[in-house]
Amino acid sequence: MVSQDTMHEPALRVEPAAEGGWEGMVADLSADRQAFRDVPWGKAMMWIFLLSDTFIFGCFLTSYMTVRMSTTVPWPNPSEVFALTIAGTHVPLLLIAIMTFVLISSSGTMAMAVNFAYRRQRGATAALMLATAVLGATFVGMQAFEWSKLIEEGVRPWGNPMGAAQFGSTFFMITGFHGFHVTVGVIYLLVVAFKVRRGDYERRGNYQIVEIAGLYWHFVDLVWVFIFALFYLW
Amino acid sequence: MAQTAFVDEGLDHEHGHEPQGFIAKYIWSQDHKVIAIQYTLTAIAVGLLALVMSWLMRMQIGFPGSLEMVDQERYYQFVTMHGMIMVIYLLTALFLGGFGNYLIPLMIGARDMVFPYVNMLSYWTYLLSVLVLVASFFVPGGPTGAGWTLYPPQAILPGTPGRDWGIILMLVSLVIFVAAFTMGGLNYITTVLQARTRGMTMMRLPLTVWGIFVATVLGLLAFPALFVSGVMMLLDRLLGTSFFMPAVLSQGEMLEYSGGSPLLFQHLFWFFGHPEVYIVALPGFGIVSDLISTHARKNIFGYRMMVWAILAIGGLSFVVWAHHMYVSGMNPYFGFFFAFTTLIIAIPTAIKVYNWVLTLWRGDIHLTVPMLFSLAFILTFVAGGMSGLFLGNVVVDVPLSDTYFVVAHFHMVMGVAPILVIFGGLYHWYPKVTGRMLNDTLGKIHFWITFLGTYAIFFPMHYLGFVGIPRRYFEFEGIAFIPDSAHLLNEWITIAALVVGAAQFLFLFNLAWSAVRGRPSGANPWRSTTLEWQTPETPPGHGNWGARLPIVYRWAYDFSVPGAAEDYIPQNRPPERDAPGLHGSLRAEGAAP
Repeated sequence: MVSQDTMHEPALRVEPAAEGGWEGMVADLSADRQAFRDVPWGKAMMWIFLLSDTFIFGCFLTSYMTVRMSTTVPWPNPSEVFALTIAGTHVPLLLIAIMTFVLISSSGTMAMAVNFAYRRQRGATAALMLATAVLGATFVGMQAFEWSKLIEEGVRPWGNPMGAAQFGSTFFMITGFHGFHVTVGVIYLLVVAFKVRRGDYERRGNYQIVEIAGLYWHFVDLVWVFIFALFYLW
Repeated sequence: MAQTAFVDEGLDHEHGHEPQGFIAKYIWSQDHKVIAIQYTLTAIAVGLLALVMSWLMRMQIGFPGSLEMVDQERYYQFVTMHGMIMVIYLLTALFLGGFGNYLIPLMIGARDMVFPYVNMLSYWTYLLSVLVLVASFFVPGGPTGAGWTLYPPQAILPGTPGRDWGIILMLVSLVIFVAAFTMGGLNYITTVLQARTRGMTMMRLPLTVWGIFVATVLGLLAFPALFVSGVMMLLDRLLGTSFFMPAVLSQGEMLEYSGGSPLLFQHLFWFFGHPEVYIVALPGFGIVSDLISTHARKNIFGYRMMVWAILAIGGLSFVVWAHHMYVSGMNPYFGFFFAFTTLIIAIPTAIKVYNWVLTLWRGDIHLTVPMLFSLAFILTFVAGGMSGLFLGNVVVDVPLSDTYFVVAHFHMVMGVAPILVIFGGLYHWYPKVTGRMLNDTLGKIHFWITFLGTYAIFFPMHYLGFVGIPRRYFEFEGIAFIPDSAHLLNEWITIAALVVGAAQFLFLFNLAWSAVRGRPSGANPWRSTTLEWQTPETPPGHGNWGARLPIVYRWAYDFSVPGAAEDYIPQNRPPERDAPGLHGSLRAEGAAP
């Protein structure tokens, strides 16, 4: 029965170019076959995943703000806790500034990698993705340094000498969860970079996967901006 | 992974890579139909566990002390596990993992979910979460008895049953479940949005797909809150952090905790928990719409309003969560806001109920088993929803809170009502899954016992609630204000519960027996319009559609079109010139943008 149907030329009305405004948006989204025209499945799925992941980080950060406001003991002063003493000078937030700079820079190299991928310059793409991964790994390394420094100073998930116990709990939980995301991203980027270099995507000439990996990477960076603002600047 | 998109998106599908051998075909299967059956059977199996626990609880309430094995600790463990299993591991998994997996690709004319491998992973991760959950019955101290809401501080304090191991396994299982759901949910949403066949606009989707689709969106946005609260409570329990734990004096001993916020857990939990109600209800709404339309041989009344109502309910479900917390000690002014939003939900919900009733009005109603269950759903959902209006108002909720009135309300509205739809759906689609009809007589016996029986169980509970009988109590001996009639009612409820539970085994027998001995159904036994009934094979083969994907020309509800030769026109039948069907199809075109 199905094959009979396809004998006829489908009598589908071609939708006129969408009107503007609310009506137009609804018409576009409810269009034939695809709600988002020419968006490949993997890319759509990554966007939806990131939306869901946003809610995870949103819940984590909201919880952090709640416990910080409801705890009965004063909160440690972040600009002192996260300070480095270099050559006798007390520099607040130095390490975090470098970490943030490194991670934001990695977003730049990632964007360049996507650009080169669509030009099908495999060498440059793989090199830039590798650079992104190295910057990401550097970030994780510095985070490990930060963690061990805090642990040396006596900060634990269940308590710390500077003030409210929830400081250590939320700090290790949220930066840990974010660091886990960065680590997964580094592995993901390395795998894709390797496949780009090897020419896996050359057969179809389809380098969407680089952009999809890039979406994830930019998301992880964006989340860091919020963690940075709420943990270190508040 | 992205490149597979282009293999499947074309109309021509490469055949010949159908998996061979029993294990590849039925165990490690990436076929959405097999995964759906796996989800369904696992959910039913774990649901039986919850059913037996409800029997044991009812024995204790109706005939205190009659079963020696039900002591206080076990009673609380049964309460907890019954609730958790029914809400998450049965209802959520069956609606989205079972019905969602089976119906989405078939109803939208796709060959499979967009990422079949991730879909397979979703099932196995779900199975893992079920196994972790079941494992908690075998650890020292047994499963957690914290109540299904797992409120801290008591959930992780010494003295609560299952404090040593049970609560840990419970939380780990929930976190795994969220991962499993995310993998499945991403697939369902992407498939609905991007993989529909030609002509299948969003506004031609059967309402079943709309319901499952919006419920999945809710799941992907609500389960993160459960995930986060689960992780934080695990840390509280294992590392001694104090996210949810204030300074506590427990059994004469000052614990290490200090400064945490128990209220935060309730906010997180209900930010998940309330959308969860609609994760279970919306697929039910969708399925019931299609069942009623098919079995009343009439187009659904107000299709577009039905879609907008589903979307409105989905959106509103995120701003009502604190109506579960009127007595929690939160700022009382919140109650005003949340009561307001809660009562607003009644509007889109009432639109849906009116549309169902108007679909039935002057329809050619066939009292088939799926139709009986659908009608029962409407009645039960209205009854349960009405008591929700009482509980949604702060001043009425305060005295009723923590009584059997609440138990009656949520069992009617999100226990019995969705289960009735599940039964209706299983009776309706079983012929497509197996190629055989379920036995009608057994089905009708099952229906009447279940329908009347659940009213025998839950209607008296409203009365118990008004009298003030508290929920969660192990026994009511020596409580002066409880009248003798309440004890009598509890006996009655217990007997009804035993009968209703037993009737479910009749249904299971029917499922198994009809798979082998059932009357062959043919491709489209209900003479239905939607695409899943138009597959070239029944049950549908690998890839669902043979060589060519179907093309959709009309909406899903062309029943009893005036002048048409038959009383239904499948979605993939093209309009014929000068034929009577044309009028109907034009109308359908007008209905779809």
